[in-house]
Amino acid sequence: MTKIKLAEKTIELIKSVCTQFGNKESELINVLHQIQSKLGYLPAEVQEVIAAELNMSVAKVYGVVTFYSFFTMLPQGEHPISICMGTACYVRGGEKVLHEFKRHLGIEVGQTTADGKFSLSCLRCVGACGLAPVVLVGEKVYGRVSPQQVSKIIAEYQEGCVNVQTA
Amino acid sequence: MAEFNTHILVCGGTGCKASQSDLLKANLKNRLADHGLQNEVQVLQTGCFGFCEKGPIVKIQPDNTFYVSVEPKDAIEIVDEHILKGRKVEHLLFKDPKNDKRVDDSKQMDFYKKQVRIALRNCGFINPENIDEYIGNDGYAALGTCLENYKPTEVIDLIKKSGLRGRGGGGFPTGLKWEITNKVEADQKYVVCNADEGDPGAFMDRSILEGDPHSVIEAMAICGYCIGASKGLVYIRAEYPLAIKRLKVALEQAAEYGLLGKNILGSDFNFEIEIRYGAGAFVCGEETALIHSMEGLRGEPTFKPPFPSESGYMGKPTNVNNVETFANIPPIINKGADWFASIGTEKSKGTKVFALAGKINNVGLIEVPMGITLREVIYDIGGGIKDGKEFKAVQTGGPSGGCLTKDFLDTPIDYDNLLAAGSMMGSGGMIVMDEDDCMVSIAKFYLEFTLDESCGKCTPCRIGNKRLYEILDKISQGKGTNEDLDKLRLLSQVIKDSSLCGLGQTSPNPVLSTLDHFMDEYVAHVDHHKCPAGQCKALLSYHIDEEKCTGCTLCFRNCPVGAISGEKRGPHYIDQSLCIKCGICLEKCKFDAVKIA
Repeated sequence: MTKIKLAEKTIELIKSVCTQFGNKESELINVLHQIQSKLGYLPAEVQEVIAAELNMSVAKVYGVVTFYSFFTMLPQGEHPISICMGTACYVRGGEKVLHEFKRHLGIEVGQTTADGKFSLSCLRCVGACGLAPVVLVGEKVYGRVSPQQVSKIIAEYQEGCVNVQTA
Repeated sequence: MAEFNTHILVCGGTGCKASQSDLLKANLKNRLADHGLQNEVQVLQTGCFGFCEKGPIVKIQPDNTFYVSVEPKDAIEIVDEHILKGRKVEHLLFKDPKNDKRVDDSKQMDFYKKQVRIALRNCGFINPENIDEYIGNDGYAALGTCLENYKPTEVIDLIKKSGLRGRGGGGFPTGLKWEITNKVEADQKYVVCNADEGDPGAFMDRSILEGDPHSVIEAMAICGYCIGASKGLVYIRAEYPLAIKRLKVALEQAAEYGLLGKNILGSDFNFEIEIRYGAGAFVCGEETALIHSMEGLRGEPTFKPPFPSESGYMGKPTNVNNVETFANIPPIINKGADWFASIGTEKSKGTKVFALAGKINNVGLIEVPMGITLREVIYDIGGGIKDGKEFKAVQTGGPSGGCLTKDFLDTPIDYDNLLAAGSMMGSGGMIVMDEDDCMVSIAKFYLEFTLDESCGKCTPCRIGNKRLYEILDKISQGKGTNEDLDKLRLLSQVIKDSSLCGLGQTSPNPVLSTLDHFMDEYVAHVDHHKCPAGQCKALLSYHIDEEKCTGCTLCFRNCPVGAISGEKRGPHYIDQSLCIKCGICLEKCKFDAVKIA
């Protein structure tokens, strides 16, 4: 992977978050939550700064980042698409919906489209089982999604049709 | 404070919010203001009503009218007809599928009739963001009683007598857990609330925190008083933003009212609560893993003993209970141990909340007395199987549990009966499956989940489950052998016997229970290369019956890959090399011409 150079401002931001949590090793997960919510993802370079600030090894930080599914080392698309793969959504056809998204976007789970517009991920139960199968685009929840609706949902976010009436 | 004579309760649970209940609430308020009624009718956003299938739900008090599937545009009609003219909006009332009659009172609905709500007592009744409403419903009375009238050991005896068992999965007696932690001497102890709901398809903990956060706070304080802890921690999934927000509001209000902090209610008891965020790891439901995660580490379980009650968070004695367990505590203290023990079966007292989902008519959150039968849950409360299909199995206990077939429909549900039947209570996920669900695929689905979630510490779980998955995959491709079936069983047993924590010890359960109950389906995949439910793609192909095809072109127009060809009004054909087996043509055909072979 090519090395990215962090902007001075970003480094300052990371440092200030670490200070906010008293530079304590035991606060690592809280620090990661804060920084990911600000930067969108946690690349290796960011982890290096955190490790130095909290006075721990980069390997330990990396170990935690990769352990938890909520943390990501890759940038998300402009419109992150998450397909619920909880059991309720699965038995009501979540897998077929996922398959259609993969086919339309030409990417696998965990990838982002070349234009940076969409990224695809699976999640486990958003607690809206009454609406199964459920798809999230950003924060917007689509319920009772059928494979046929997939292209329509994607089109809502394509350029030129951003103002399409939402369901 | 203004005196309201009518209250409109709008569900603010996650499911209903996803169906625009926020906009609905705003529309209701605006319309009331148009008529100058804003000081007489109050619009409240409550927690989950449980009837998620027909959300968003609106309930009008005092007459208990229950409106279902309410859209934002219906706000005008509700205000103009119901509030102004006192006429119920007929088309928004729930229609009983048995007789097509509209039901106007929720108490008359089958969905609610058999429920007993203890942990969910306030969900859907009070505004979770207002502590006064909780206090108005006996809130914090239990904490007051404990601090004023009981010694810690007396409260523990009361909980022990009630027979309450942990609702997070294992079913360990709660009073006993508190007693053990109480007896350990230490300068600092901790109360931890496990709100890291990981079972895919269970959402009771989030609903309790979203609908009634104070009940958990109150119970944690009572627990702190009993075990001698001055600090509490709630470990909650970061994926639950609404629950986190409401919990934060509740914590602030409780501190403001002196119900948290120093010298609570004039006693010498101090207690405060902090929030810790989980980051998506199923294994963190295990006590020791959860504690490591709170310490900022990877959530890997460690060997017990020492138990958390001796050495837990930061090496101090720690009592971990689940959200639903805590929510049961205040009513037990208010109404007495005997009252609680009178509900349920001999060894499982009280109620259990289940997230009823899958192929069932009434998806939702229900709370039923222990000892109720599956038949009552599925057919009376759940309203039967969707689209009139045949019931096949119900999966309880999530990825650690198993499937129960129709032979178990009349078995009373409690901890011990479920274990004896090869499943478990777990956190209360209940997924109903019908004839279209392939049990090999279901077992594969759960194993895939376990593979993702295994922390990797123990070899049998990390590698063994991977091998199990590969064998299942092979079977679903039609390449399995009879030897594979034996291997599945043997390997499952080894994984169960040699894993450290609950995740590994239970992960093969979905495989073992489907092998036990649905051997014929495995055999069909292996010997006949057929998937009886028509789910395993590699084993099926779609064809159009020339005789029945009318050439309506519906399948042709809906095929996403252009695999269907044919003349208008003439028979159509599917090009097998292009077909992705999505099944849309089968769904669309009105003449039953598309067949699976």
